[in-house]
Amino acid sequence: MVAPAHMNAEDAVDRLLAALPESDAAGRARFVELGFPTPRDEDWRFTPVKPITELNFSAAPVDADATLEGCVFAAIDGPQLVFVNGHYSEALSQVGELPAGVEVRPMSAGDCPAPPAPEDAFGALNAATVTDGPFISVADNVHFESPVRVYYLSTGSNGATVNVRGYIRAEVNSQVTVLESWTGKQAGCFNNAITELHAADNAQVEHVKFQDEHTGAFHVGGLHTALGRDARVAHHSLALGGRIARNNLRAHLNGTGIEAVLNGLYLPRAGQLIDHHMVVNHAQPHCDSHEYFNGILDDDSRAVFHGRIHVHKGADKTDAKQTNKNLLLSDSATIDTKPQLEIYADDVKCTHGATIGQMNAEQIFYLRARGLDEESARRMIMHAFAGEIVERIQCEAAREELDRLVWDRLEQMGGHVAA
Amino acid sequence: MLEIKNLQAGVEGKAILKGIDLSINAGEVHAIMGPNGSGKSTLAQVLAGREGYEITDGSVRYNGEDLLDLGPEERVREGFFLAFQYPVEIPGVNTTYFLRAAVNALREHRGEAELSAVEFLKLMREKIQLLELDESLLKRSVNEGFSGGEKKRAEILQMALLDPKFAVLDETDSGLDIDALKVVAGGVNHLKHADNAQLVITHYQRLLDYIVPDHVHVLVDGRIVKSGPKELALELEERGYDWVIEEQAA
Ligand SMILES: Nc1ncnc2c1ncn2[C@@H]1O[C@H](COP(=O)(O)OP(=O)(O)OP(=O)(O)O)[C@@H](O)[C@H]1O
Ligand SMILES: [Mg+2]
Repeated sequence: MVAPAHMNAEDAVDRLLAALPESDAAGRARFVELGFPTPRDEDWRFTPVKPITELNFSAAPVDADATLEGCVFAAIDGPQLVFVNGHYSEALSQVGELPAGVEVRPMSAGDCPAPPAPEDAFGALNAATVTDGPFISVADNVHFESPVRVYYLSTGSNGATVNVRGYIRAEVNSQVTVLESWTGKQAGCFNNAITELHAADNAQVEHVKFQDEHTGAFHVGGLHTALGRDARVAHHSLALGGRIARNNLRAHLNGTGIEAVLNGLYLPRAGQLIDHHMVVNHAQPHCDSHEYFNGILDDDSRAVFHGRIHVHKGADKTDAKQTNKNLLLSDSATIDTKPQLEIYADDVKCTHGATIGQMNAEQIFYLRARGLDEESARRMIMHAFAGEIVERIQCEAAREELDRLVWDRLEQMGGHVAA
Repeated sequence: MLEIKNLQAGVEGKAILKGIDLSINAGEVHAIMGPNGSGKSTLAQVLAGREGYEITDGSVRYNGEDLLDLGPEERVREGFFLAFQYPVEIPGVNTTYFLRAAVNALREHRGEAELSAVEFLKLMREKIQLLELDESLLKRSVNEGFSGGEKKRAEILQMALLDPKFAVLDETDSGLDIDALKVVAGGVNHLKHADNAQLVITHYQRLLDYIVPDHVHVLVDGRIVKSGPKELALELEERGYDWVIEEQAA
């Protein structure tokens, strides 16, 4: 089927619902009611959804020919779940024997918890039309050492739409690592995803999202994290792909003594827009949240960072730190960074800092004054900028692989030294 | 070895170095002292090839070559080294990784084989002992979060690894306690031999008890206004700089 040159953005909601198999009437109604955000919507001011709403939507098909070739984390041992165009691939998945208390399966193979209340049209669309997704659960006191890998492959193009939903639950005093990979070699496909992460009291969770879809693909992903007392959660977002890639990160710190880290790296190039939009809710005292986001922007790419920290009444002794550093390799790259602190508690430490700059000339000189040529110095600093984020990943095998991958990617980026 | 003639340099039309003449031979140690803002670091940075300084007159010959014609990295490859007054922090660049890259760049220039990670580690262990540096520092990012003293020791560690023919030490003693000063000075002296030379910038005579200079120069307002033997440093420490300035005006 050949798409018209311009689909009408106005009737995107209708066209989407017509294209996707119906699953949930209430969700559909909610989606219609909310409608797509417009640039007047503060949360979407810098990220126009028009290129998405103009797509010629279709339901991304089941595809038995997809392979994991070239995917990350291949050398890591542990269970893996694979979803192709939002459909579980039994052939590519490998779960194997799991210790007692550990459940790793597609959502479709068992009970499916109710979706979170949608905060926008994308959430509602997801709730209404979700096909499948990973279900990962670790029982009380179980430390599951093997990382759980989840692969999301997209093979559709030209408006092929995928709605997936993931669910991760780490019970009291448990531990789990989840590595997500999002890839697709075609332009035009649209992934709309919601992942829930529940970390109960004293649970430890590391969650890595590696998103490297085609630079003509569209991606809207929500991560909704709820943390209990003394939970330690680290989320790492490595955002490389997508023409528009929007990450909605929501963290609810619902107990005392929590440590939450949101750590991200984005590397947009020509024509890409990568957006991290986060809201961290401190509801209880004595919690730490740290957000570290670095971006390296090339060509005419854009990035958006929105970091809202909401310290609720009573959440005294909160320690919230947020940094957003951007390295612009080109004069035509744009970054919109917007910290937002809302503090209603006492004795709170909240800091935020954003930097936007070209390559630091003093650092370059220092390296050259040790004998490195200018090109190597520049590369080293770019790598460092990314490395700062990558080195926070605790899962060693994942960290090393992503470090190499990011390094290779940076080699392809331009970059010139500011005088 | 180094021959500076009437060197004049500035920033954005503001003259900082107003005609420096200085000649340093192999085997010598020279000290430069002088009030804050007199141009000591500017001289060091210009010698190292920092961009942004306009050289308006004069010349610097280094082993017969025009030093100012070389890029900063080329100077290093020819054996020049500057220990920075304010070493730059580079978050995310692992110190060991950086040091190995620096050593290998130099080796490549000399046509020597690259050092493997293991070979390099061995070399580095030797050098850090010399400076009594904590090995854990080398696992951290370059200078990031290093204390003032650690930064200065790390500079001398770099010097030890690159084994320069001509080294400029810009206030390497500032911020060091007396024990650290002895260690650092010991390291510097260890690196001194008959066919290399050092130019030491300092505010304190105390350093010169350990790194003994052959000549002391006083830099005031972009000019060397007095030179003398090592005893001059003592006199400067006791009497300050005013008398030198007055003597020169007279
Ligand atoms: N890049 C620059 N831009 C503007 N002014 C500069 C620059 N570099 C040096 N200067 C000025 O030139 C003068 C000499 O500075 P320099 O750092 O060389 O002094 P110094 O002798 O090393 O002082 P100190 O003893 O405090 O280290 C100062 O007035 C300084 O502000
Ligand atoms: Mg100085």
